[in-house]
Amino acid sequence: MARTLKLRIWRGDDKTGALQDVTVEANHGEVVLDIIHRVQATQMGDLAVRWNCKAGKCGSCSMEINGKPRLACMTQISAYGEEETITITPLRAFPVIKDLVTDVSYNYKKAMEIPAMEMPAGMKPGEPRMQQVDVERSQEFRKCIECFLCQNTCHVIRDHEENKKSFAGPRFFIRIAELDMHPLDILRNRKKTAQEEHGLGFCNITKCCTEVCPEHIKITDNAIIPMKERVADEKYDPVRWLGSKIRRREEVL
Amino acid sequence: MATGVFSEGRAKISERTLRTDKWWIQPLITVAVLFSFIVYATWRALENAHYYAEPLISPFYSPCLSTTCVSGSSLLGTPFGHIIVFGMVLSPAFIILIFPLGFRMTCYYYRKAYFRSFWMSPPACAVAEPHAKYTGETKAPLIVNNGHRYFFYIGLVFNTLLTIDAILAFKNPQGQWGHMSLGTVVLLLNATFLWGYSASCHSCRHAIGGRLRHFSKHPFRYKAWTVVSRLNQKHQNFAWVSLIWVAFSDFFVRMVSLHPTWNKYFF
Repeated sequence: MARTLKLRIWRGDDKTGALQDVTVEANHGEVVLDIIHRVQATQMGDLAVRWNCKAGKCGSCSMEINGKPRLACMTQISAYGEEETITITPLRAFPVIKDLVTDVSYNYKKAMEIPAMEMPAGMKPGEPRMQQVDVERSQEFRKCIECFLCQNTCHVIRDHEENKKSFAGPRFFIRIAELDMHPLDILRNRKKTAQEEHGLGFCNITKCCTEVCPEHIKITDNAIIPMKERVADEKYDPVRWLGSKIRRREEVL
Repeated sequence: MATGVFSEGRAKISERTLRTDKWWIQPLITVAVLFSFIVYATWRALENAHYYAEPLISPFYSPCLSTTCVSGSSLLGTPFGHIIVFGMVLSPAFIILIFPLGFRMTCYYYRKAYFRSFWMSPPACAVAEPHAKYTGETKAPLIVNNGHRYFFYIGLVFNTLLTIDAILAFKNPQGQWGHMSLGTVVLLLNATFLWGYSASCHSCRHAIGGRLRHFSKHPFRYKAWTVVSRLNQKHQNFAWVSLIWVAFSDFFVRMVSLHPTWNKYFF
């Protein structure tokens, strides 16, 4: 074993809990998830942790490491100093179930509130063709692994539980942006619902969602701000609104 | 009732954040720089003097639109007369500064900067904010941020005027063309940084091509959008450089106004 690690792991449930000190051996090249598994195998047999792929692609092992939302399987132990104590807690924006596992069902409820893509009438599956330049734009958003780190770090819901009912969060703003930018989607009220139903106006562009995204999706610059500008076209820009009514520009965009 | 990270059902952790890094440094620097700029700009606007040293004019006072402007400093005439506010003659700077100020206040980058550093909403990622309630940009006054594009358009007019100021700086104090001084370089850089700030603006990116759904149907706009998108990645840098250089340009013109020898002529 290369080094001895000092950890503080939060243990508990939705009623009570505390940080517990643990000392564990670690090897070169290991990640936090490896260490949690060693603790589970040697010292805390009932430690609850959600994980799956160990490759940063399933989005299961989201947690907070030294207060930062991260994927445990992508966080190298070597990033922390020899004498540093590493504090591991569950995501703090969602209700805890047990230990490091949280209830992220809020996100699934929000996902269901966003209407799926609607193809033009008469177009059959297999018929649509897209140019690469049109595909590329939404491909960035399709990299999302639904780890919900962006949702967890967004202060709109992290710091204000009461906003959860009216705020979809950054993960779903990229979904809305992807659909609104899609050349074949015919549902044209996405801008209006983004603002009025999904709470786009709550976002104050502090970019924490972009900072924590393990897929490096430019959530704010490429999805949220463009959607805010599209909303402004319809809702806050009388000149654009008038122009769209006179020339029916929507159809040529 | 407890809210935020202390809400019912969430992990019972007493600390507002468990971050161990120096997360407070960035907001602190932002506060220091922006506050210094605000203090300096306010003082200079109130000073109402030393803003013109032919052929150089301070960007804080350009265009100078008041009859109180120093002779020769008004590029567009003087439609505003003596305006008295609180017993003092209103400085011509206050007539125009609302527009560049509005452009920066509603800017998508500065929103991040001041929401984090001044309003602490949040001070840093995963650091709990101190406010009990939050409605973001859904209500007045912050809903005004949705009108950023109007300030962007007005900003283009200012950029044009400041570029003309930089071109006029190729004159010597006697009004003859074909000369270049340190002041010319300062004003040229000022105009360049401001154009960079405007061209990298998110509203510009949207207007150029961001609002399109079919890039493939608009190849020229798509190409322009890719160029603006590249600039847009540097928007933060342009925001800071242009802000600091505007203040420096003003400082330089002030010093030349007091000590004309500061403006060294190359030819």
